[in-house]
Amino acid sequence: MDSLTNYLVVSVVLFSLGLFGVITRRNGVAVLMGVELILNSANLNFLAFARFGGMNMAGHVFALFVIVLAAAEAAVALAIIINIFNNFQTINVDEVSDLKQ
Amino acid sequence: MADFTFWIVVGLTLGSAFMVVQSKNLLYSAYALLFSFIGVTGLYVFLWADFIAVVQVVVYVGGILILIIFGIMLTNKITSVNISHTSVQKGIGTLAVLGIATLLAYMVFSTPWIELANVEQEETTASIGRLLMMDYLLPFEAASLLLLGALIGATTLSRKED
Repeated sequence: MDSLTNYLVVSVVLFSLGLFGVITRRNGVAVLMGVELILNSANLNFLAFARFGGMNMAGHVFALFVIVLAAAEAAVALAIIINIFNNFQTINVDEVSDLKQ
Repeated sequence: MADFTFWIVVGLTLGSAFMVVQSKNLLYSAYALLFSFIGVTGLYVFLWADFIAVVQVVVYVGGILILIIFGIMLTNKITSVNISHTSVQKGIGTLAVLGIATLLAYMVFSTPWIELANVEQEETTASIGRLLMMDYLLPFEAASLLLLGALIGATTLSRKED
């Protein structure tokens, strides 16, 4: 467990699963879940490099900013998704391709 | 023993993440995401990031996941129990993602990472606070402005137009 590559491999798998969710899911909320997985894998990388680079605290601060951005992004994205649902009665991203109804 | 726990946590994280992208039911995806976040929190603890682990639980599990479940509930009619969701173009998607994952894994294994030996474990909260208030004060203020903007933007977007 005390090896940088272990964490990097976990992060690679997590990133790939998130990317798979983003490119194959139809539901807008599910796409958002994929984005959250990708952000988590990025955070895992930051903290792994911080830990194995001699407890470099800049990595921790950067991970904190990533979490803040993820929170802001989730709030705005869900507001947009609810608006899309009110206009189109669906949130499948492949059906919502019109600029106006 | 710690080794065993580590692999249990890794299995929890990746298995739940697989459920998130694979499950047919949107709510099951959301609950699997909860366990994936908790698994990532465990990995943070293994990386000695105690403060970030707590923030992860509070913000991701307590905030973002609740928001996502609210989003599911508000965008599906409760009476029609149709919260299944499907995927498209799984074949091409799997191929592309496997290609990217192979490239990334090759990069991870072929790079000679420099790992510092005998790093001291320390409490992170005090040094994170010092860094935020001194070295990273401007990004900190920018992040607070961004949160204010996101707050106002989300409220404006989601209220009914008069």
